[in-house]
Amino acid sequence: MNAIASLILSGGAISMLVAIPFLAVWALPYVYGIHLEWLFGIVIPYVAVIIFFVGIVYRVVQWAKCPVPFRIPSTCAQQKSLPWIKYGYAEKLDNPISTAGVVGRMILEVLCFRSLFRNTRMEFGTDIKYKSAKWLWLAAIVFHYSFLIVLIRHLRFFTEPMPFFVPIIEKVDGFFQFFLPVVYQSGPLLGAALTFLLLRRLLDPKMRYISLPADYFPLFLILTIAGTGILMRYVLKADVVSIKELTMGLVSFRPVIPEGISVLFYIHLFLVSVLFAYFPFSKLMHMAGVFLSPTRNLSNNTRIVRHINPWNPTVKLHTYEAYEDDFREKMIGAGLPVEKQAASPADKE
Amino acid sequence: MYDGGKIITGVIIGLVLMTFPIWYTSGRAAKKPDIKLPVKEKQCVEPKDYMRKKHMQLLDLWRDSVVRVAQRSYVAFNGAKYDMSLQNTCISADCHAKKTEFCDECHNYTGVVPTCWDCHIEPKEEPKEKPEEKH
Amino acid sequence: MAKIPESWNVPTPEGLTKEVDHGPLSLGLEKGWMRTPVEIKPGMHCYAALPKRSVALDMPYPRDWSAMDEDWKLPRNWREIVLEGFKDRLDRFRTFKLFMDICVRCGACADKCHYFIGSGDPKNMPVLRAELLRSVYRKHFTTAGKLLGPIAGARDLTLDVLKEWWYYLYQCSECRRCSVFCPYGIDTAEITIIGRELTNLLGLNIDWIAAPIDFCYRTGNHMGIQPHAYVDMIDFFVDEIENYTGVRVEPSFNRKGAEILFITPSGDVFGDPGTYTAMGYLVLFHELGLDVTWSTYASEGGNFGLFTSNEVMKRLNSKMYAEAKRLGVKWILGGECGHMWRVVNQYMGTMNLDIAEGSKMEEPVSPITGTKFENAKSTKMVHITEFTADLIRHNKLKLDPSRNDHLKVTFHDSCNPSRGMGLFEEPRYVIKNVCNHFYDMPASCIREQTYCCGGGSGLNAGEDMELRMRGGLPRANAVKYVHEKNGVNMLACICAIDRAVLPNLMEYFVPECDVTGIHEMVANAMILEGEKEKTVNLRGEPLPGREESE
Repeated sequence: MNAIASLILSGGAISMLVAIPFLAVWALPYVYGIHLEWLFGIVIPYVAVIIFFVGIVYRVVQWAKCPVPFRIPSTCAQQKSLPWIKYGYAEKLDNPISTAGVVGRMILEVLCFRSLFRNTRMEFGTDIKYKSAKWLWLAAIVFHYSFLIVLIRHLRFFTEPMPFFVPIIEKVDGFFQFFLPVVYQSGPLLGAALTFLLLRRLLDPKMRYISLPADYFPLFLILTIAGTGILMRYVLKADVVSIKELTMGLVSFRPVIPEGISVLFYIHLFLVSVLFAYFPFSKLMHMAGVFLSPTRNLSNNTRIVRHINPWNPTVKLHTYEAYEDDFREKMIGAGLPVEKQAASPADKE
Repeated sequence: MYDGGKIITGVIIGLVLMTFPIWYTSGRAAKKPDIKLPVKEKQCVEPKDYMRKKHMQLLDLWRDSVVRVAQRSYVAFNGAKYDMSLQNTCISADCHAKKTEFCDECHNYTGVVPTCWDCHIEPKEEPKEKPEEKH
Repeated sequence: MAKIPESWNVPTPEGLTKEVDHGPLSLGLEKGWMRTPVEIKPGMHCYAALPKRSVALDMPYPRDWSAMDEDWKLPRNWREIVLEGFKDRLDRFRTFKLFMDICVRCGACADKCHYFIGSGDPKNMPVLRAELLRSVYRKHFTTAGKLLGPIAGARDLTLDVLKEWWYYLYQCSECRRCSVFCPYGIDTAEITIIGRELTNLLGLNIDWIAAPIDFCYRTGNHMGIQPHAYVDMIDFFVDEIENYTGVRVEPSFNRKGAEILFITPSGDVFGDPGTYTAMGYLVLFHELGLDVTWSTYASEGGNFGLFTSNEVMKRLNSKMYAEAKRLGVKWILGGECGHMWRVVNQYMGTMNLDIAEGSKMEEPVSPITGTKFENAKSTKMVHITEFTADLIRHNKLKLDPSRNDHLKVTFHDSCNPSRGMGLFEEPRYVIKNVCNHFYDMPASCIREQTYCCGGGSGLNAGEDMELRMRGGLPRANAVKYVHEKNGVNMLACICAIDRAVLPNLMEYFVPECDVTGIHEMVANAMILEGEKEKTVNLRGEPLPGREESE
């Protein structure tokens, strides 16, 4: 699958995903008088959320059922050894020996993308040079945190009354107070980060070569979700009171389909449902997987505490006795001590 | 080594965090906004659907028009003329008598904090009904 | 420029570098990697294992075969064997299952692999090396892959795919550099290790790994040195040391009741410049009067089982504890070796500690300084640079670093002690105390970001010279940099494979630079009790400024 085919495939998939709710909610009532809002507003979101939670738990349980036979952390700093060899905070975090160190390492990894922060870019010529390359890290951080803020902001549709932190987040997110309604930075930042990640995939020949449709699809999907959301908020305007009635109906398990909700909202909601349902089957599972990675979440203490492998195999060993039997005469000849003396030639048959 | 306990704990924490809206709401039906519509005036400056979705943009236009161009007259969709004024036209005895019974109902419901009252002084309302009464 | 031996069959260093292309601008019209079949090139892979290597260890399907042949003489049900093995390992290794599932192909690892840097072959990007297996995983073990096929990045396990696996699994040195940069810690070494286990189910090992494991199982060491020959080699060192220093050292072998068992890779006993390091150990032990014994049974520190399967690794490693128990030593001292220390640090206790039960082993304490090696409390094995660094710290060695003044030294962090242990300061501390001129290479190619020598994980054969030179290119480039900037003429390392591989690499790229183990320099700097006036080092080379005045 080359880049163009991948793009066409995932782009086509997204177009179809937009077309489905558009045709079903907007065109069907005109043409056949059929109303499918309940399908797109109630059934599909519920099904998607169930798939999301059950799927994630299932996947994590599958991973958890595999043992970790060996303790193989990547040690990215000096080990703890002699007391006078520096083992400070940096070492404790990059080559942890205690649970606290591991927790710190995981926090840095999950919240700050520590490993990605190390990223370098090679420049190949007569000399090979390495330049710091933090762009990927920055785009990843901006993308993930913007997405998180967008999600938290959406709690205003899913809680009543709103918990205290939602208005605070909104206030911070709309700090610059321009345009009406106020522009939340997280929206454009999310779009910009996604665009960077997409362009990087397309313009770097290495990236283009390794990318699969499964890499473009989530980018396109999230971009479209963000796009429809931004359209609704700033341009085409949605009836938020009705929308909140629908969303509150979903979370209180008293689903309703209020009047006056535009098709754009159903497209947005349908794409979000697709994202939720797609999540457990895709690379997006790195959200849960990052916590389980044995190269990061184990301490480098194997010489201090024995790590137990539940299936430690019983294997055939070549014992010293067998070895001495093989080489006894040569060993005696070389003056090496032996456990058993050489058999006299008469016994040797 | 499996670390099953840690993983289950982690999964539970994750689930609790991600299902926050569900257990926070815990099946209660949310109180829908209950706006008091004007008794006398039957028609707003624009049609209802337009006002529901775009009143903020209209008010923004009004503000710019009044403050920057000193143009105070608004010709409505049906040709009627209105004075562009939040506190004299919109929030008036004949129309939306009380901010708390009209504006705040939806704004509080959807978590919107309009910037109107950054400049305008909030109209005083004698508390006929107890304002803290919650449904 | 030194002359490159013709048998290497490699272009000039300039030519080799010029050929490399890390991804041309192609507007995305190139064929996808899944549809680009593998081309097995001579010089870029090692010879197949000879059938006789499989006997002692009962490895399956011994046969004569060659990677260059069309027919690999596979068992008829090879596909079932691989898929069953795949599934079995998915159930036994969380790493494997997780790493099959969570890669997002962010590409952070892409330009971190020395084989990719030196070859430009896109399938040497760690992400793609893993995708070779992942694509099959998706096809056979995930629903999406079964349903959607190539759209989901899935493909069937065909003979071409198997060949591709083999070619690229034996072009990875399990150095773990990519895993340092991976946001999820995906460790290509782990994938390669398990991938190689799968190839071993079909008898598809390389001879450069199969021979050492066979030798090691039978004779105790990779070189296949029998006990009497082992003693002979060391006796030869004893004579050499006396020649050069005037001091006669008296090592002991298989001696019961010794306090310490010393185990080092057999490469140190058999091949230059490792032999000088072995002489260094002998000098050190003698000067300290250490109650230490060598073993001919456990005469191998290295463990090519790590490059074969975890079972073979366990079988070979077991000798260390078995011998320690038999001899009744208190603890084990381990020599300078790379993957040996990955095994000792991360695998040995888990695999074999029960063998040591009932032995006289206890938490290691240096008999010279009284230092407790608390970090080796359970495994009871201490790295010799930990041991020597402690000695130097306590002023227990009489050192004259000026004896190494003709050396301008840089240090090559070996992959395994770096990213599988974190041994960075100990060797540097020792080096800085035994020689006056030490220059580190740039930060992007040392410590946890260090580069492979190009021949790790059993790829240090003679027939894959091109692969080794390409893989060693980034390391050589950094050495060249400090050579030009600081006049570095000696590359120190703590790994026997390094000492076998780096001399060729230096000969090719930086001929002015030689290779040494650390304990060779330690011994050269030591002022020995009863030594004669030193005019030569352990290599018998005259020391500049101290030549015999005749």
